[in-house]
Amino acid sequence: MSNKIVLGLVLGGVLGILDGLTAWFTPAVRAGIVGIVFGSMFKGLIAGVLIGIFARKVHSLALGILFGLAVGAFLAWIIAFMQHGYYFQIMLPGAMVGLIVGYATQKYGASSQLQRA
Amino acid sequence: MKFLPDQVVARLQTGMQTPDLSGTRYRAIELLGQGGMGAVWLAQDSILQRPVALKVLAAENSSADLASRLMQEAVILARLEHPGIVPVHDAGTLPDGRTFYCMKLVEGKTLDRYALKLPLRERLRLFQRIAEPLAFAHSRGIIHRDLKPANVMVGSFGEVLIMDWGLAKVMATTGAPSPTNPVPRQVVVDLEESSAATQISGGAFSTPKQDPGHVMDATELYPPAKQVSGHVVDATELSPLAKQVSGHEFTRAVQGSLKTGALAPENPTAHGTVLGTPGYMAPEQERGEVNLIDQRTDVFALGSILKHLLQEPPGSQEHESYSRPLRAICAKATSAGMSARYPSVQDLAADVGRYLDGLPVSAYRENIFERMARLVSRNRVAVVLVLAYLFMRLLFILFSRR
Repeated sequence: MSNKIVLGLVLGGVLGILDGLTAWFTPAVRAGIVGIVFGSMFKGLIAGVLIGIFARKVHSLALGILFGLAVGAFLAWIIAFMQHGYYFQIMLPGAMVGLIVGYATQKYGASSQLQRA
Repeated sequence: MKFLPDQVVARLQTGMQTPDLSGTRYRAIELLGQGGMGAVWLAQDSILQRPVALKVLAAENSSADLASRLMQEAVILARLEHPGIVPVHDAGTLPDGRTFYCMKLVEGKTLDRYALKLPLRERLRLFQRIAEPLAFAHSRGIIHRDLKPANVMVGSFGEVLIMDWGLAKVMATTGAPSPTNPVPRQVVVDLEESSAATQISGGAFSTPKQDPGHVMDATELYPPAKQVSGHVVDATELSPLAKQVSGHEFTRAVQGSLKTGALAPENPTAHGTVLGTPGYMAPEQERGEVNLIDQRTDVFALGSILKHLLQEPPGSQEHESYSRPLRAICAKATSAGMSARYPSVQDLAADVGRYLDGLPVSAYRENIFERMARLVSRNRVAVVLVLAYLFMRLLFILFSRR
């Protein structure tokens, strides 16, 4: 079983890419899809690492989910702030990705102590 | 001629059966259970001020071989120091000449009664706990041979204890490897089985310690038994006795197997045969092929217990359909062929554990749909989260197209 940080990183990255790819369905932003995908992936990676580190330190499903939600929403807010709009369309999926990563890292990732054992 | 009233006769019988505990540290309180061979008494240990259970040979059965067998049971129990096995405190001979041993008083319910109203998962977790002491006994080379729900007690705090080792068979003097005994030797001692007893008395193996596959004299394993009774069963004491039990002809039987199954009256084990309990006995045990008996014989009985635990409790509202993996586990554990069974009780318990954890079990090869269903069932929350995310995304796409 993978390390919690690695799990957060992989899951955050993959969900970030998927999140970015959905912009293709919005004709207004389709031209900048590559930048959106990379930005979204980068956001997902950062969220994944932070949530993974948190999961290693704190063993609580509820707190992990809350932390993931908060980190995902905060990073998405930064993107939306830079975009000067689309707050709801960016923050809701971002928060959901954080929530999923928060849940997954608490539930599945192996802690470093277990891996050493 | 005047007949004594039934109550008086019953009282006299009780009086005869009551063990003579004068001069001992024990005081008999009440009879807990009685069988053909002996009885278990609730007694008070006057020195340690605690209630104990005394297993005492019945007065009419106080022959030396039976006394030896009771002592053997005590010695086996004493060797098995495990939280899931009743500890023996004391053993010896009472002033009336009857052999006894003293053990912890277990307060609780038998497995069949305890598990009656438990949900399936709890029953399966209980089953896993039964396997632990059994695995420990096997690691010490001891096969129980009479596992059944009535021989498993569940204490007030949910602790599981395996009772009634009266039919136990010593397979090997394994124990933990030590510097003086680095490789455990395989030995067979079975005081109930005539061929083994013949070998014991025949002295065919004059250099037992040089031969790893030899049959040992019981006194090599049980010096206390020799000290107490001075008696080792040999073939001349064994009389052939065939008995029909549940449609099975037992061709190998011996006189005087000590059986305490009478403490479980709903499943009594017949007296005087090479035994177990019909329904829980492995085929090799039913056929009396004692030389074949090993830990897989207990695997069979444990599988039968699992089947028993999977039965729908009477009047139950939850109609749990036992999944194919569980049925496959039962079928594998209770295979007629020994080689088709789980090699050990740990393997059986591990498969049940895998089922509980939503993992594939070794006894059942699932198809792709079952695999998907199991994965979804195991990761229900994650699946719901991902579906919720995808649904949200779909809504965004639909709204963005308007």
